Amino acid sequence: MKAAVVVFPGSNCDRDMMVALEMVTGRRPLMLWHAEAEVPGDLDLIALPGGFSHGDYLRSGAIAARAPVMRGVARHAARGGLVLGVCNGFQVLTEAGLLAGALMRNAGLDFICREVKLEVVTADAAFTRAYAPGETIALPVAHHDGNYQADSETLDRLEQQGQVAFRYAEEVNGSARNIAGILNERRNVLGLMPHPERAVEEAHGNTQGRRLFEGLLSVLA
Amino acid sequence: MKARVMISLKPGVLDPQGRAIAHALEGLGFSSVQDVRVGKVIELEVAPGTTEAEVAEMARKLLANTVIETFRVELEPA
Repeated sequence: MKAAVVVFPGSNCDRDMMVALEMVTGRRPLMLWHAEAEVPGDLDLIALPGGFSHGDYLRSGAIAARAPVMRGVARHAARGGLVLGVCNGFQVLTEAGLLAGALMRNAGLDFICREVKLEVVTADAAFTRAYAPGETIALPVAHHDGNYQADSETLDRLEQQGQVAFRYAEEVNGSARNIAGILNERRNVLGLMPHPERAVEEAHGNTQGRRLFEGLLSVLA
Repeated sequence: MKARVMISLKPGVLDPQGRAIAHALEGLGFSSVQDVRVGKVIELEVAPGTTEAEVAEMARKLLANTVIETFRVELEPA
């Protein structure tokens, strides 16, 4: 499996993502600087990491979504390549129009940094196939703008087409229908607020994020 | 010349910041406040002759997120 991790100015989970991918796949991912207009054509996965790209100026992810590298990410997604956006990466994917909806300020206005319970809503995607549908897992979240919102037709469509990948199993940030992560229609792009890469080894105190990467490996190995 | 882009949340989109400000105003005794919505104003210095349509394009492409926000453009001659 050939993976790349995009690095924006202000990304701060890029190394965590790199370590998680290397641990599971046995191969060090390529680190792609945001200004690179060319993305290698033989990548299986492009990961957009968490952080505060461009200081969250304008809107979280807004400026990063217009970076040169994102044209390559869009081409990669259009040819069926896998794209994973975690936290700020999820915000970037919605801002880039690769995923529906928007991530707004948490309903309680607080920055939330803790472990939360999640329901795996669908296992019908490369990202979630190592989980059982309906399974409850726990993953850490750390965000200020994780309040997922979309109009009700969009939310209905996401639910009907099985594009909701993860739901919070508890109240976290005010997200519509407790959505924590969504897929695109083709199911090759996933954005989620929780951090699977922060739950991959025993030292993290939680290894439930590891299966997300193992699922990818089982499809792509 | 100056262009001004006024961005506000679409009606119906929950505004937690607006709500917090409304509570704070109530706390100060301003009992007349019924609702608060927070938006932003972006001022641009643009070349003379820049059209409203051009600034609206900037708003659609970057300045506003039309999933949740609406915008209004004002041009102010130098």
